[in-house]
Amino acid sequence: MISTTIKDQFDLIVGEENIEVRPAMLHAYSYDATPGFQSMPDCVVSPRSAKEVSKIVKICHEHKIPIVPRGSGTNLSGGTTPLQGGVVILFKHMDQILEIDEENLTMTVQPGVITAEVIAAAEEKGLFYPPDPGSMHISQIGGNISENAGGLRGLKYGVTRDYVMGLEVVLPNGDIIQTGGKLAKDVAGYDLTRLIVGSEGTLGLVTEATLKLIPKPETKKTALALFDDLETSAKAVSSIIANRIIPATLEFLDQQTVQVVEDYAQIGLPTDVGAVLLIEQDGPPEVVERDMARIAEICRECHAIDVQIAKTAEEAEALTSARRTALSALSRVKPTTILEDATVPRSKIAEMVREIETIAKKYALTICTFGHAGDGNLHPTCLTDARNKEEMALVEQAFEEIFHKAVELGGTITGEHGVGAMKLPYLHLKVGEAGINVLQSIKAAIDPNNIMNPEKVFTQSERNRVVI
Amino acid sequence: MMSAKEKARIQKNFEEKMDYDELMNCTRCGFCLPTCPTYIESGKDELHSPRGRIALMKGVVDGLIEPDEDVKRSIDLCLGCRACEPVCPSGVNFGHLLEQARDAIYQTNDQSFPEKAMRGFFFNQLFPYQNRMIGAVGLLGFYQRSGLQKLTRSVGILNLFPDTMRMMEKVLPEVPKRKEMKERPSHLASIGKQQKKVAFFSGCLMDTIFQSTNDATTKLLQYAGCEIVIPKMQSCCGALHGHSGEQDRAREMAKRNIEAFEVAKIDYIITNAGGCGAFLVDYAHLLKDDPEWHERAVAFSNKIKDITQILIELEFDKQPLQLEHQIITYQDSCHLKNGQKTFNEPRQLLQAIEGVQFVEMHDAGHCCGSAGIYNLVESDMSMQILDYKMEQTKQTNAKTVVTTNPGCLLQMKLGIEREGLSDKMDAVHIVELLIEAYENGRK
Repeated sequence: MISTTIKDQFDLIVGEENIEVRPAMLHAYSYDATPGFQSMPDCVVSPRSAKEVSKIVKICHEHKIPIVPRGSGTNLSGGTTPLQGGVVILFKHMDQILEIDEENLTMTVQPGVITAEVIAAAEEKGLFYPPDPGSMHISQIGGNISENAGGLRGLKYGVTRDYVMGLEVVLPNGDIIQTGGKLAKDVAGYDLTRLIVGSEGTLGLVTEATLKLIPKPETKKTALALFDDLETSAKAVSSIIANRIIPATLEFLDQQTVQVVEDYAQIGLPTDVGAVLLIEQDGPPEVVERDMARIAEICRECHAIDVQIAKTAEEAEALTSARRTALSALSRVKPTTILEDATVPRSKIAEMVREIETIAKKYALTICTFGHAGDGNLHPTCLTDARNKEEMALVEQAFEEIFHKAVELGGTITGEHGVGAMKLPYLHLKVGEAGINVLQSIKAAIDPNNIMNPEKVFTQSERNRVVI
Repeated sequence: MMSAKEKARIQKNFEEKMDYDELMNCTRCGFCLPTCPTYIESGKDELHSPRGRIALMKGVVDGLIEPDEDVKRSIDLCLGCRACEPVCPSGVNFGHLLEQARDAIYQTNDQSFPEKAMRGFFFNQLFPYQNRMIGAVGLLGFYQRSGLQKLTRSVGILNLFPDTMRMMEKVLPEVPKRKEMKERPSHLASIGKQQKKVAFFSGCLMDTIFQSTNDATTKLLQYAGCEIVIPKMQSCCGALHGHSGEQDRAREMAKRNIEAFEVAKIDYIITNAGGCGAFLVDYAHLLKDDPEWHERAVAFSNKIKDITQILIELEFDKQPLQLEHQIITYQDSCHLKNGQKTFNEPRQLLQAIEGVQFVEMHDAGHCCGSAGIYNLVESDMSMQILDYKMEQTKQTNAKTVVTTNPGCLLQMKLGIEREGLSDKMDAVHIVELLIEAYENGRK
């Protein structure tokens, strides 16, 4: 609970209109996009500047009040649910693009800017900000940074981390620090920028970011390839890369996903295919032309049943519809959709997908898999109903096995959604006990009172199983 | 403030009336947020977003929160534009959830007296009765023609009304004479070769204040090769009732209409108001629990077509259509777009007109803030949304703003008036532009 005295202190900093304690309002900030996690905050505060953030944090630090930073609440690992109550901090007032520097190719933004607006603003100047998470039309850049969000273009262009050059961060004691800058080279001290990116709000609050931009690719081409079975499609993926071609997008849908997509969208996909690959290449026209021809050739050599290359933008749009509607189609089958992001080296994709199929069968669950074949980031998606407690227990067991297998294959428990609260019990699989000790030491050094997004990534208390 | 007793009653209503499966279908992904006008205009307040509203509804059903003033406010402030539906990966039918929630709140709510009186007057006394609509609108006509309008304007009686109401009064179309309103024929032959036999849903407002729009619609149908029947027994579609928590009243009207349109053997039932059309299409859902009516409702709903849909089907866009040079733009009717999934057809028709330049408006699918009687009862938010809409409209440099729904038409006219652009810009219903283009094209 937050006492009236503390609320009054917040009042003086941000004004009454930027503090909410009414039950309906608290309820509206008690969840994110993760099924099964909900917990009421005590207070929702919307500061207007880093200074205000700092003042709020200082009070919380002094009184050991938990803080949960929140963008648009699209988190898929329970990372933005205020599990211990406390203060939810919104960035709705800090939503400005501060500068586009065309000489240094950077963009400086406040954390509340919508990702798609960052991309659009860059493109207006003939520049490019590549990270494109699925929720980019609503996700805020601050959230992307804190979660180190990925996207469809990860294979060729990397993820959010690769485009964050500098940050302004409010630390848990209220200090404001600047990390990095508009510099390609900077080895002054530890790389705190990279430490903060992906720290899931457990080390501090990002209040400003300098992003890296690159020249916008001139053209783009799209192809769709159908395969009889999983193994041949995986072979095609490996073969494309082995031929020194890095496509901008290399997406994959398994047979079950294709079936569900076709049932829903009726776009004429043969439902007996074992796998579908969506491939995009961008760059100068002659390179794109050459790469796409070679990619089609490779797919055919790998026994693709059919390869279609879009001739127009409309055709490209039609080809991408299968991948774009995957989530919609899957979400409609059952009330609860649990979207995971176990990731393996791309050479292990076929093996991983087969293993997911076996595990799903073992627990009699429906798990469809699609995802980013190019970078091995899979989205095994379980279609279930949160009201069915018995099945939910099985879902948890199944995912535990999937995580074990992913790590065994040299992969990770989460490629782009973050550990949050949902995958917290499995972190040790990836980083080991010694690894967790290092993480905890860092956390304790920066946030001794454990106020920043507590109960996320790892727990201070004994590890307990997450109830989905 | 709501009494504890009232909260308990609303809570119980929520439990009974809300479709829990539909509530569960929301995965809280947040994809709806950027499409929601009230979320954006409230400065990104989750409480005024579709996801937030569903969370509140579910929170009340689950007993996690009380249905207090804030909950009611959140449900009230929703436009019901349903822009959240097409972008929802899970296909949540938000329109239905909203209707259920409003039903749950308003079936027990001790409304303030003026609110109750206004609702009672609109919903129970006026819209269901075509005679009274004609009477009321006839009065309006008398008021306009008699000089009373001038008098009240100069005396300033209208200053007692909220600003929006005053502005609205300025943009209302000239109402036809009472006698003209009553004289609509019940049957019209096609002009030229007959291709389809259709029934025309004339609508309550459309057949009174907007009679010229209805005339243009039937004329277009005739030109396109339709024989038309206009059943006398039809009534208001019930949308305003359904959207405002008056479900029982809406069901009565649905039954009356289903019955009225069963008389003739027809291919389609044609509407020219996006708001009505979307509700008529939804009769099947409205009467889903009524074994006697459900099948008849399905048959009725399946026949509903917007005027722009049938014109495209009958290749009216291939006819010679011509207008003098001007820029035109199109403002989607939310319910035509999100409810009837019709957005290409109006554009296709407008682009077929020779001489005019069609400029697509940024965010044309974003609600104009009209939303039934929303612009009267939630004036501030409505005007804020309209201001955004007018910014986008001005960018197109259009002379003519085309709409497909009477509410949108009035709201856009209001927007033009508010911006002081009435000498440069006008809003019209699509049929009026098409009839002019067609008659020009044949010269």
